[in-house]
Order: sequence, then structure tokens, then C-alpha cells
Amino acid sequence: MANYSTSEFKSGLKVMLDGDPCAIIENEFVKPGKGQAFNRVKLRNLRSGKVWERTFKSGDSLEGADVMDVSMQYIFNDGEFWHFMDQTTFEQKQADEAAVGDAKQWLKEEDICEVTLYNGEPLSVSPPNFVELEIVETDPGLKGDTAGTGGKPATLSTGAVVRVPLFVQTGEIVKVDTRTGDYVGRIKS
Amino acid sequence: MSDWQPTASLEAIKARAELLSTVRAFFAARNVLEVDTPQLARHGVSDPHIQCIAVPGHGYLQSSPEYHMKRLLAAGSGPIYQLCKAYRDGEAGGRHNPEFTMLEWYRPGFTLAQLVDECLALFAELFPQVPSHAYRFRTLFADSTGLDPLIASDAALIAGAEQHGAPAGLSKSAAVDYLMATRVEPALPAEQLSVVTDFPAWAAALAQTHPDDDGTPVARRFEIYYRGLELANGYQELTDADEQRRRFARDNTLRQQNRQPTMAADPYLLAAMDTGLPACSGVAMGVERLLMAGQGSDRIDAVLAFPWARA
Repeated sequence: MANYSTSEFKSGLKVMLDGDPCAIIENEFVKPGKGQAFNRVKLRNLRSGKVWERTFKSGDSLEGADVMDVSMQYIFNDGEFWHFMDQTTFEQKQADEAAVGDAKQWLKEEDICEVTLYNGEPLSVSPPNFVELEIVETDPGLKGDTAGTGGKPATLSTGAVVRVPLFVQTGEIVKVDTRTGDYVGRIKS
Repeated sequence: MSDWQPTASLEAIKARAELLSTVRAFFAARNVLEVDTPQLARHGVSDPHIQCIAVPGHGYLQSSPEYHMKRLLAAGSGPIYQLCKAYRDGEAGGRHNPEFTMLEWYRPGFTLAQLVDECLALFAELFPQVPSHAYRFRTLFADSTGLDPLIASDAALIAGAEQHGAPAGLSKSAAVDYLMATRVEPALPAEQLSVVTDFPAWAAALAQTHPDDDGTPVARRFEIYYRGLELANGYQELTDADEQRRRFARDNTLRQQNRQPTMAADPYLLAAMDTGLPACSGVAMGVERLLMAGQGSDRIDAVLAFPWARA
């Protein structure tokens, strides 16, 4: 991969730092009077998700990271790996539990996910922003309650638990925002 | 595509026009002559911390009008000022743009203290009612960091910088620069004009040096900060051509160590100094910084019609 000098740093650039692929979030140029200039850089470690702050001497460089975001279809889980397919090349990739992380509770077969590939292998998986999943278990709510004041927990087919209004019943399909884990609405079938 | 639009508001564009006319009126009233020197020239500055933009076949876009203005002074111009564009490679960020506007002026016969007073007189017009406070670099630095930058050991200063997140492998002067930029400057009270004088001799650039009370050499140089921005950088100018030759050579040695291109010494400047640069003090101000301070913004984009990303 190419090396990037501090003057090429910009938000979104993927670089290697301490052996991990990172994405630059912010790059601030700091220069005291007529002295040595520095770049204060905020980076997201793409493996751990942690945000790092580092300062570099201006003119220093970092190796680029071979990181790509690809849309892939989730196919199945074999008990150990989650399998994804590139819909244009039909190439398949398997992601381990560390790569899938919290996304696993939202993965439904055939949904299109954003898979981040590092050196060609899945590093992390982002589920679609909205998923439609079946409720497999929830307490029967009171008939006629349509306001849904407090709500109740419901377990979805993927194992995720979300709060739903009291009138929503087992067997119904609900739409959920995966970024917040919030119930959005019922899907009329 | 909306990137064709200016990033500065119309108010900010008007504020620039107003500031430029205030500055011109200020110098007209003081009989300081406005001059115009080349922005494209054969030679560029040798300072290893400033990278000129090379124009193949021509030379360099000027990082400051200093060398040419000193030639005018040596030719007997008397007090002069200039408002011009200046260019620095690699300087881009929230507060920096590779092309910016410089206000620079020189006062033959002025001591550094007289020039500080004149800067404050200009600031009184630009930033009415803002008080000023004077600091010595050494004491200010020691108060913020617990280290005397002139006598603390290299190891102590480097360790002090690393403790606050500096990259490893800095030189002593870079460690002091780091602590100055990240610890000392941000701790200055925002709502006053902070005048800092007596910089370490290694940060003299083109300033004269003299021994401090304990004999440690310090530079006759000042900076003025306001609202977290460095607004002005002034010198009692070096007039000794031989010392200027030594500084060109030293800059180029540092450039070789840093694997930067070397910059040929400007023979016109040296010849002018051989003839005789009058004793003088000079100061440079970033016009965008003045506008940012006036508007309370810390983004240069807010005061430039078209910053580099849209130029």
C-alpha cells in the first residue's frame, strides 16, 4: 500500500497504526509561531472500534491500510462463521464472531449488509439501518390498548430483544432501527 | 454540487474589506508607505519550518514579503508596510490555508518595545476595549509546564512533551514548540491580547539575540495572541550580513538532516545587508487570523471566500 504524508491526511483515509487498520476521523494542523508543525489526528481503530488521538510531526507518514467497504448479502450462519456473498462477483466471505460483533442480533438471511474488508477478509459488519423481523415471543398485551404507553419486551427471530407497544403480538413482523434498537412499526402482511 | 459557493458569509467578506481599509488608514495617518513586492521570485525562505511552493521554471511563491521588503529598507525606503498574499506548502487545516493574506511592516529606528506599542495601537482599532498583558516566554512556559525552556535538560523537555502526547524522537526545540502549541498557548486568557517576548535564541529566525539576565541568549522577538490565535510575530531585525549567512547555512544543514530540499541563500538579500540594512523592527500578521479573532471564529473557512478545498 502507498504511504500517506500528514499533508494528505483527511477524514475517511484508512491507515495502519500500531499494526491495526484505522480510519482518520479528524486531522488538525497545529503550528506554534515559526516552529515545528504538528498534526493532531483522531483515528478510529477499525478492529476494536476505539477512538485514538495521536500527534505526528508534520511531514511524517503512515502506511495506507487495505480496507474496503463492500455491500454483501448475508446468507447463513454455520454455527461458527457468518457467510456473506458479493452480489456482483458471487464471491463468498466468512466473518467470525469478532467481526460480526453486535450486528449478529440483526442479521436476517438475504439482507444486504455493509462488510468492511481488511486485506480481503471481513473486519466488521454493519447491518442495514432498518430490519424487518418476526416476533417469536412476547407477553399478550391488553386488548384495545393502542396508545402503547410503556410497551413490553419482545424477542425477535434473530434473538434480539426490543421494546414494542402492548398491542403487538407474537408472530407479527416488526420494523426496527438497528442503530438505536428502537421499534419503528408493524409490517402489515 | 454546492462546493462552488463561498464558505465565508457576506458579512465576513464585508468585514475583510472594512479591516483592509482600517489598516490602510492607520498607516496613512502614521506616514508608513504602502509597498508592493513580488509574490513569485527566484529565491524562497530557508527556514526549515516553512516550505515554499515551487513554481517550475520560475522559482517560488513567496512565504512572506520579508526579503524583498528588507531590500527596500536597505535602499532607503523608510517605514513601509504591505498587504499581500503569501503561500506555504502543506499548511492546511482548521486555522491554516496554503494561500493566505499577510500584513507585514517595518519601522527603521524602532525598538521591539516601540513596535509592540504600535501593534497594540492597531489592535485598539480592530478590537476596541480589549486589554493587553505582557509575558516573558521563559516565565510563561515555566508557569504552564514546570520547565524552564532555556536551562532544563533536553531529556526533561522531551519527556515533558511526550508525557502530553508528543510523538517520540523530537528534538529539544521541537519539544518546546510542541508544549508551547498544546499546553502554553491554549492556557492564555482568551479575552486579552497576550504579548509574549524574549523567545529562546534557537527560535530567533531573523531576529537579533541578546543575553538574558543570567546570560542565556534570548531572541528579540515577540508574538501576540488573542482568543487562542497567534496574531502577530515581530522581530528586532538582524542586520548583520555575516550572521545572516551563518543562519542560511544552519537552516540548510537542518534541512538536509530533515531530508528537505535545501534553499539557496538569496544573494539579493545578502548584498542588500552588506550595503546596510538600517536598524529596524518588523512584524507580520495573518489577516485571516485578525478576521477570525474579530468574529470569534476558530475556522479560517469562515473568513475566506474560497479556501483551498474550493479554490
